[in-house]
Amino acid sequence: MNSHGSDPPPAQGPFERRVDVPYRELDIEGLQSEIASQLAERRYPREGVFAIRLAIEEALVNAYRHGNRCDAGKRVSFACRIDDEAARFEVGDQGPGFDIDSVPDPTDEENLEVPSGRGLLLMREYMTAVEFVAPGNLVRMHYLRDAT
Amino acid sequence: MAAQASKLKVSQVGAVTQVEFVDRNILDESNIQQIGDEICALVDEQPTPLVLIRFGNVEHLSSAALGALITINNRIKGKDGKLRLSEIDPQIREVFAITKLDKIFLIFDDADEAMSSFG
Repeated sequence: MNSHGSDPPPAQGPFERRVDVPYRELDIEGLQSEIASQLAERRYPREGVFAIRLAIEEALVNAYRHGNRCDAGKRVSFACRIDDEAARFEVGDQGPGFDIDSVPDPTDEENLEVPSGRGLLLMREYMTAVEFVAPGNLVRMHYLRDAT
Repeated sequence: MAAQASKLKVSQVGAVTQVEFVDRNILDESNIQQIGDEICALVDEQPTPLVLIRFGNVEHLSSAALGALITINNRIKGKDGKLRLSEIDPQIREVFAITKLDKIFLIFDDADEAMSSFG
């Protein structure tokens, strides 16, 4: 047996979480805190933790607001898998989906003073990749830890 | 039913109403709604509102919070008032830049500079 006190710790397994509940039962703050601490343990950069926190918030709120039409009794699904390379997320809602090409660009001059419509933009800017699965009521996104 | 605790610290400095946030994270929908309503109520109290919102305490902010700020800005402009923002964390400042909202909000590094800008 060659185990010594100075041996490196074993590789940490992935962190996984799956939630599927009515929106009103979703503890977003608790989920965010848990994910933030998992990211910190795996040495994700500070800007990565900020990015992921923002993207998760936007995806969950979009699922409630736009997907489920603000019906807090409708279900929102959330799944994540975080390892040392990437943090992957899926957020789904019970809505009919949407055509991503029909979403107005919030950075167009005429839309700048419109109070809503920036969630998708922020998710795409802050995550490494964002993909909507047809018909548009499931979003998959990931953040690569070492992407610059 | 007990009134909800305020999410804001409000002070009057000369003609300017200064607003700071109690929470570090301005993410939660119901909190944002409350914050928006509280600031709009402050704006409605004044004939020509001059408002400085200070973000020194804020670490996270979502697009819903940006939406609330736009609504507040529109309401202040409707009364010929002025809104200034200050002490925004660089990461949050980047959110304003990505959304190009730095074109419609006047953002200052510190509160003194912002106060001087009211003229």
